[in-house]
Amino acid sequence: MSLSIQNLTANIGDQQILKGVNLEVPAGEVHAIMGKNGSGKSTLAKIMAGHPDYEVTGGDVLMDGVSLFEMAEPDERARAGLFLAFQYPMEIPGVTIANFLRAAVQARLPEGEELEATDYYAELYKKMDALKIPRTFTSRSVNEGFSGGEKKRCEILQMSMLEPKYAVLDETDSGLDIDALKIVSEGVNALRSPGRGFLVITHYQRLLDYIVPDKVHVMVDGRIVMSGDKDLALELEAKGYDWVTEPALA
Amino acid sequence: MPATIEEDKPQIDIDRSVGDFRYDVDYTYDAGVGLNEKTIDYICDVKKDPEWIRAFRKDGYRKFLEKPMPTHWATKDLDNIVFENIRYYLSQGTQPSRTWEDVPEEMKQTFERLGIPEQERKYLAGVEAQFDSEAAYSNIKAAVGEQGVIFVGSTEGLHNHPEIFKKWFGKVIPSSDNKFSALNSAVFSGGSFIYVPPGVKVKHPLQAYFRINAQNFGQFERTLIIADEGSEVMYMEGCTAPKFETSTLHSAVVELVALKGAKIQYVTVQNWSSNVFNLVTKRGLAHEDAEIKWIDCNIGSRLTMKYPGVIMKGRGARGEVISIALANDGQHQDTGAKMIHAADDTTSNVVSKSISIGSGVATYRGLVDIPPHRKGCKNNTECDALLINSHSRTDTYPAIVARGNSNACQHEASVSKVNTEQIFYMQQRGLTEGQAMSLAVNGFVNDLVREFPMEYSVELKRLIDLEMEGSVG
Ligand SMILES: Nc1ncnc2c1ncn2[C@@H]1O[C@H](COP(=O)(O)OP(=O)(O)OP(=O)(O)O)[C@@H](O)[C@H]1O
Ligand SMILES: [Mg+2]
Repeated sequence: MSLSIQNLTANIGDQQILKGVNLEVPAGEVHAIMGKNGSGKSTLAKIMAGHPDYEVTGGDVLMDGVSLFEMAEPDERARAGLFLAFQYPMEIPGVTIANFLRAAVQARLPEGEELEATDYYAELYKKMDALKIPRTFTSRSVNEGFSGGEKKRCEILQMSMLEPKYAVLDETDSGLDIDALKIVSEGVNALRSPGRGFLVITHYQRLLDYIVPDKVHVMVDGRIVMSGDKDLALELEAKGYDWVTEPALA
Repeated sequence: MPATIEEDKPQIDIDRSVGDFRYDVDYTYDAGVGLNEKTIDYICDVKKDPEWIRAFRKDGYRKFLEKPMPTHWATKDLDNIVFENIRYYLSQGTQPSRTWEDVPEEMKQTFERLGIPEQERKYLAGVEAQFDSEAAYSNIKAAVGEQGVIFVGSTEGLHNHPEIFKKWFGKVIPSSDNKFSALNSAVFSGGSFIYVPPGVKVKHPLQAYFRINAQNFGQFERTLIIADEGSEVMYMEGCTAPKFETSTLHSAVVELVALKGAKIQYVTVQNWSSNVFNLVTKRGLAHEDAEIKWIDCNIGSRLTMKYPGVIMKGRGARGEVISIALANDGQHQDTGAKMIHAADDTTSNVVSKSISIGSGVATYRGLVDIPPHRKGCKNNTECDALLINSHSRTDTYPAIVARGNSNACQHEASVSKVNTEQIFYMQQRGLTEGQAMSLAVNGFVNDLVREFPMEYSVELKRLIDLEMEGSVG
């Protein structure tokens, strides 16, 4: 049981962005990816989720043994258990959070089964309360006019409602104030379970004080060039990326 | 009547998209095809029209011949209407020789999805010529009858209530208004006549839906509603279900009269199959402190041209147009509003939202007229367009004719697209592309859908879901 990225290469247009990514996140573990701006972290996340702009040119991603690329549409992968918390969540005018999430939860039910509205709202309110999101947000349009931090909190709310098998969190910590960082981290930690894996993309070691990773990987120019335990994050924070990059280029 | 035919577009689009279906019907009693003085005499004779109506029809016919096609400002597609091939009158009670088994499976599914009641499905599919809802209808009729409200077909109205009918008929929209109002004047049949006595507030919305029959959904229906001083009434016409269409030209005229302090709301939801030209003239006359509100939803059709208007004739009158138009592949929605401020302190509000999908075209055409000597007039116009995929087109022609300093006009327009990033985001949460699209579209029209009566708004949402599902590969 794992999310297994195997020698993945991918292009946008004729530019190669991923140049052979290898990484395995076993269920029950939290792995972090760090790396310079533009090294390909978000690209990796979006390719796994099935963004139409990228072309996968080689390799594979297996989710519990099943290739993600056998599922053509992003929604199939999502319903199979993959969740992506976006670095830049989209605004959907006119669509309330309550209706959006309800449709998403409904989409996971077997054909012919109707989501019970009262149960759904009870669950939604419980999770909003835990993330300290005011209940009034249910009637606001998805991400529209949200502050940066509110958007990120709303991504975690969605994750906790949809209960994925594997979640990729792309810079969920950026834009969060100190209190929000704790709240969001608690939200993520509450979802940690033996059957669930996390891939956390971040620039800051501080997040990893709260969400303690089993492994830390460093991405440079479309490849994972170094992996280690949580202390690697501290080392990167102290020394920067150059000492990692140089041997890789040599 | 010489009609130019351009062969660049086929006469009838055979398009199997949602809500579009047709098959031939055997007409036993009708006026034959084509239009001339004899056709009009035939209609008058069959309907036993009084002489003044015969004269009115013939005058309408002459004006129809004189008036030019509005191709110069609207669309050349109008030239493809072949007036000689149209049946201008079908008698009531014509039984289509269809059985439920003949109804295409996809259409049955559409009814299912929209939640249309069993009884109505048969009518809508053209299996039954009459929709047997006499019970429901007579209840409403009895309920409002006690209050002195007249709610009858237009033919019954002109025969049995000539004193009120004659006073207002053709006064808000003269036959000469445009080519199609003239045509309607010549051959009209069906539609409703409503009179609400002073001070009566009609609790139930009056629904054309309850009295669906061949007449009411006629091609050339004519509706006249008069709300006497201080009265209130809401009228609803149409339904979201795709309607079996045998005719390609629909040209209705609707006239509303709100006397001092009266309120009329006129709600339309129409879903035409994409072979239909839907060319409708709708206008209301609002006296002092009266209020007329058009709530309009147009989906489908090959070409819809419809610009509901309000003439604010008395001080303090208010006019409003709320409209949603959805143009799918190959369809053209040319809609808008006309607000004529003919008195001081009059207020008008126009909110229009259009959705263009694929090669669909949605055009907004507005006119707000406030002459320079008026004082204290206000208009607010908002038109928003949503484009789905790159072929879509939208045009806005807001003509605001407002002169003088003591009046205020506000105009806002926006064009937005459902972009791939939004769709991707929603798909990442497990929604199919179709579901994502319909959520986005429903979100776009959400605030307007709330203006519709409950049962319509629920159907509208389902209908948008269906349209969007059909629009993604
Ligand atoms: N649509 C695109 N068109 C062209 N280049 C792109 C596109 N998307 C990504 N790239 C390029 O791919 C590279 C990797 O981008 P990506 O967003 O994956 O980086 P990242 O590691 O997430 O960076 P950051 O830490 O700043 O979020 C960048 O050089 C970026 O400019
Ligand atoms: Mg990134």
